[in-house]
Amino acid sequence: MRSIQQNLAKFNEVGIRPVAISVDSPEASRDLCQKSGYTFAFLSDPKLEAITKYDLVHKGQGENGRDIARPAEFLIDASGIVRWRMLTENYWVRARPEQVLEAARLLP
Amino acid sequence: MKRINWPLWLGFLLSVVAFLSYPLVFVNWASTRDFPWANLILFALAALLVFFGIRRAFAPDRRRLSKIVASVIATLSVLIIAMFIFVAFVASRWLPASAGAPQVAQKAPDFSLTDTSSKNVSLTELLSQPIDGKPAKGALLIFYRGYW
Repeated sequence: MRSIQQNLAKFNEVGIRPVAISVDSPEASRDLCQKSGYTFAFLSDPKLEAITKYDLVHKGQGENGRDIARPAEFLIDASGIVRWRMLTENYWVRARPEQVLEAARLLP
Repeated sequence: MKRINWPLWLGFLLSVVAFLSYPLVFVNWASTRDFPWANLILFALAALLVFFGIRRAFAPDRRRLSKIVASVIATLSVLIIAMFIFVAFVASRWLPASAGAPQVAQKAPDFSLTDTSSKNVSLTELLSQPIDGKPAKGALLIFYRGYW
């Protein structure tokens, strides 16, 4: 998230809107954004609606055995088509902004 | 006179530091996060120090207590190293396969979720709202575990 924020100007420049999605409540996300200085969109999916549609449910991994999202990134073009994605195999390894920006520059 | 077995204690301390420095420090940079080489180097140094500490403790002039303490500390250090390897290389891969996740060239499923000001936002809206006055070329959806 921090690396996305650090590269936000570059994302704006290529016309890509970063959107973070988790089961966190809007209040929890607001606190996180304030604390960490994130200025891009954070969406709350407590009922795992989008997370289920994208088949990213990680069962029982949250607080008190709650279901949460596994980490994943999708680059979607303006017509709603997936152009790039990363479904990490290792919890610690996430998409790097450079990778996404490179894919984003190839968008029409 | 009591002699402190400093390689032993330093090695133990270093193994604790090597463990904690991954989530607290090295996870902040992709180059030290994607593969924890910095932590592995610290663990290697810790193991070397503990090894010398053990050799020192088992010298003939050492008391029995110092041998026992050294064995316990060395075992703890090994456990810390094993735990790190488990967390960084084994447990971190326990992720669902997500075979049904949208593939490249497929349509991304639309959704409507609440943002931090409790407004409902759909993917279609995210893709159609201009960025800095220019039409958006797309969106990067970042699903994350959350902080609850």
